[in-house]
Amino acid sequence: MEFLYSSWPWYVAGPLIAGTMLLLVFMGKSFGMSSNLRTLCSVGGAGRFVDFFRFDWKSQQWNLWIVVGVIAGGFVALQFLSPTAPQINEEAVVQLQALGINSTNTSFVPTELFSLDALLSVKGFSILLIAGFLVGFGSRYAGGCTSGHAISGLSNLQIPSLIAVVGFFIGGLVMIHLLFPLIF
Amino acid sequence: MKKVIAYLAVGFLLGILFIKSEVASWFRIYEMFQFKSFHMYGVIGSAVVIGIIAVQYLKYKKAKDFSGETIEIAPKDRSVARYLLGGIIFGLGWALAGACPGPMFVLLGTGFVSVLLLIFGALLGTFVYGAIRHKLPH
Repeated sequence: MEFLYSSWPWYVAGPLIAGTMLLLVFMGKSFGMSSNLRTLCSVGGAGRFVDFFRFDWKSQQWNLWIVVGVIAGGFVALQFLSPTAPQINEEAVVQLQALGINSTNTSFVPTELFSLDALLSVKGFSILLIAGFLVGFGSRYAGGCTSGHAISGLSNLQIPSLIAVVGFFIGGLVMIHLLFPLIF
Repeated sequence: MKKVIAYLAVGFLLGILFIKSEVASWFRIYEMFQFKSFHMYGVIGSAVVIGIIAVQYLKYKKAKDFSGETIEIAPKDRSVARYLLGGIIFGLGWALAGACPGPMFVLLGTGFVSVLLLIFGALLGTFVYGAIRHKLPH
């Protein structure tokens, strides 16, 4: 039981993620979470406006069931199996304080960004909307996200996935090192 | 029906995994891009190393999946522009949101209403990409 309540180290989590990817391969599917965003657009009727969303989304229904499972699993893990928030590196905690983020080590995600107060402010609203937009736009443009490129794609030794992963890191480093001081 | 339960179960395990390994935590993503912890690199790195060995072995052995079909993983189209540009845009969002598409859904479990706005943004971004993709270099 102790194991269920403490956070899982990388050498447990990494192999389990690889195992999940392989399980899906054996089920005749591929591990890719961002495709669901396209499928959801189609389900919502986006095909009436844009041909990119005119495809047989029912063939992708299996992936939506995975999403339903992910939401349920996340809920159970957060509500019942996570007594402590992630404890991160002390230097990172200090760096975040300098940016005005003080909820580190006490919350799973920063309350400064995700609380209702933040949501109702122009700045907080814009940050979340833009962040989501970049993730959605970028993953479809790149043809995959962390699961599709970094995990499945690299496992298949695909050069396109390696290029995409390099891109993920360039974008992430630019955001945190150059843009965070301007945003926060 | 059996299949639906199998997919729900795989998703459920993934959801628990995303939380217990903390890869869905904004703080872990920040820490990763600041190079202050090995955690995220260990998670992704070990998944990739095991993935490479297993997938290459399965392909070499021409292994069959559960339904008896030979396992094949469709290669991606060759290009640099779309992967690099798309990747950079995704990376900017990943670091700001502190979540990629899988963890974004898992965060609904935090109970923060604002996660819905994040997901709405991701759907909007996907929609806009679909609408203007002919004008983008691929």
